Amino acid sequence: MRDLVSGALSACIAKATVIATGGAGRLYRATTNAVICEGIGTVIALETGLAALSNMEAVQFHPTGLFPSGILITEGCRGDGGLLRDVDGHRFMPDYEPEKKDLAARDVVSRRMLEHIRKGNGVKSRFGEHLWLDITLLGREHIEKNLREVQEICRNFLDIDPSKDLIPVYPAAHYTMGGVRTNPTGESPGLAGLFVGGEAACWDIHGFNRLGGNSVAETIVAGMIVGESIAAFCDRPQNDLTVSMGIIRDFLAREDAKISALLTGGGDEDANLLRIRMQEIMTEKVGIFRTADKLATAVDELQALLAKSRNIGVRNKSRGANPELVAAYRTQKMIKLALCVACGALARTESRGAHYRDDFPRRDDAQWLRRTLAIWKNESDTLPTLNYEPLDVMRMELPPGSRGYGTKDDHIVHSDAPRRAAEVEATRKRLVDADRFAVQAALMPYDHLLPPDLRVRNERIDGSN
Amino acid sequence: MNDVAPRRLTLTVFRYDPRAPERTPRMQSYEVEEADGMTLYIALNEIRERLDPSLQFDFVCRAGVCGSCAMLINGRPGLACSTLTKALGPEITLAPLPAFELIADLSVDTGKWMRAMSERLETWIHAREGGIDFARIEERMEPAVAEAIYELDRCIECGCCVAACGTALMREDFVGAVGLNKIARFRLDPRDHRSGNDYFDLIGDDDGVFGCMSLLGCHDVCPKNLPLQTQIAFMRRLMAAEGLKPSLKQGDGK
Ligand SMILES: Cc1cc2nc3c(=O)[nH]c(=O)nc-3n(C[C@H](O)[C@H](O)[C@H](O)COP(=O)(O)OP(=O)(O)OC[C@H]3O[C@@H](n4cnc5c(N)ncnc54)[C@H](O)[C@@H]3O)c2cc1C
Repeated sequence: MRDLVSGALSACIAKATVIATGGAGRLYRATTNAVICEGIGTVIALETGLAALSNMEAVQFHPTGLFPSGILITEGCRGDGGLLRDVDGHRFMPDYEPEKKDLAARDVVSRRMLEHIRKGNGVKSRFGEHLWLDITLLGREHIEKNLREVQEICRNFLDIDPSKDLIPVYPAAHYTMGGVRTNPTGESPGLAGLFVGGEAACWDIHGFNRLGGNSVAETIVAGMIVGESIAAFCDRPQNDLTVSMGIIRDFLAREDAKISALLTGGGDEDANLLRIRMQEIMTEKVGIFRTADKLATAVDELQALLAKSRNIGVRNKSRGANPELVAAYRTQKMIKLALCVACGALARTESRGAHYRDDFPRRDDAQWLRRTLAIWKNESDTLPTLNYEPLDVMRMELPPGSRGYGTKDDHIVHSDAPRRAAEVEATRKRLVDADRFAVQAALMPYDHLLPPDLRVRNERIDGSN
Repeated sequence: MNDVAPRRLTLTVFRYDPRAPERTPRMQSYEVEEADGMTLYIALNEIRERLDPSLQFDFVCRAGVCGSCAMLINGRPGLACSTLTKALGPEITLAPLPAFELIADLSVDTGKWMRAMSERLETWIHAREGGIDFARIEERMEPAVAEAIYELDRCIECGCCVAACGTALMREDFVGAVGLNKIARFRLDPRDHRSGNDYFDLIGDDDGVFGCMSLLGCHDVCPKNLPLQTQIAFMRRLMAAEGLKPSLKQGDGK
């Protein structure tokens, strides 16, 4: 651990370690994420060489990032009736998505926006092209009452009034569905005692496309379940630690040497420039539309950047608080994570949720109903090692089916899916008179995975059993 | 868009690192060229990237919702991330918030202060004896009540109100408008079963609501435009009434 205020390095010895460091939107140039969402905790797990990252290629783009800063303009704007417009003021979403129009899923709207801009309908500005979000039609009163934050953002950052002016928007990286692979208790299957929760985890809540609102829900539920699991883990005597002081000393010395290399190693690469380049590569080639060509180039370029990042130098030589040093070692880590995203995206020759391949537009359950697992075997590696873990359709409560992407949703069906769907249907028929707990137990029991205190019969709003 | 030559801005910044006391506190000036839509977030990052990698300041959300970047902007507490340079003159002076522990330069430890305040005022929901049963459906809340709570819950703990407060600068333990606003928020919350008397114990003294001198700098600088003036006045009346009650009373005062 490095104290950002004093610069001191220290080792913490613990039975259990928790990573809850959030997502990695900052891998991209335009992101809604805070500046601390750099995925550093995720890379710390990756750098153990044991913990695997899962589905890192699944990155959600939010359609309405404020242009050019990326600050989020809530989906509520469109939920309340706001519309997307192009350079001519034309409302274009119904042309592409006649059914759901401006309210189509985040990934769909983001893609359509880019598509529309590519056809020459974007609004040109000195920072690049964008589209408009129009909430003027909602009226000042509604905006002041229900969309006050939007009004504040528009005023503070662009000095515009959204009840009169159009808001410039462009899709921005928003959510990291991938993360450190965990089992249901939040523990890494590869590294006992490493627990991960929240956006940093791939706890299987979101698949390849998170739905709005589910992420805060995940943090709360993970807090309850993973938190209890950690306490139970620490209580078990077999998890007591016997640690060699030598290992700790060596580890600290190694980390200290990395810092020294940055401060006095004579490197001449500028961390900021490398980071900006990485963000450009990710945005242009590993973004909303992906193809084999672009992804392969991205992997090459990121590999070259990684090599350069091993030669970063910093001007400020202080070992204490030193923002430049922080940017330096974080950039090294972020490029590794960017490679996990790019390699996973290149290998996955299908489209699934937020991962969209122009060259493989169909979802392919036959080949790809499996999770990507990325590990970084040796510090000197320049690429992650990818493995795959199939999902067991026969144990699913909701076997994979159409996911409401309209006529384009002609996915390649997994051979087990129809069989499992029939099985689920039969079970439901058989248990038509049973309560929901019995149905759940027959379809997909999970009680045994929960901490004992949480194995209770939850009440439902509709009073159903 | 306009094609007038961009302004040259001079940012004069307070520099001091308490961990390197041999360099006494000083003001240092940097020049940047103003760009379209430039905020102090953009300007400060540009200074750090191009001119001075040692300059310390904090930004987290850079969207005006986390409160990390509060500082004195031309002497007035405000959020640097959501201050457009075009709203300021070409000479801009930046200093760290007073009343908080200085980390270095523009960076202060509001977290430590806020945590101490929170622990003292117990700014969390105090459920009834027996706690919350997670298996039961939560009791419903009237939308009007939820909205009233939300109005006060918009506080981002940036510390501007504390930095602008005469009392907070004199009394180290004064809970500030941020603390009084929290109590007002929990008092509204039907899930919190603390009584008026319980709240009196927390803020019924000079470190609480009676320490306020009604200068109301807090109200003027709050970046979220919280109704601090009305809340403080209201809490003061309530606590005065509470203080006059016979002290034996127990139970739920709401
Ligand atoms: C603008 C925006 C709006 C959103 N709105 C919604 C919404 O309405 N509903 C919803 O469900 N979800 C929403 N999300 C998503 C949701 O907010 C996040 O997924 C969620 O907050 C993640 O929580 P977390 O605790 O996992 O991580 P975070 O809240 O990101 O917290 C991570 C913490 O780890 C710290 N950290 C990072 N790296 C390190 C390190 N190396 N060492 C030590 N500490 C570190 C950070 O400083 C931070 O405090 C939104 C996201 C954004 C960006």
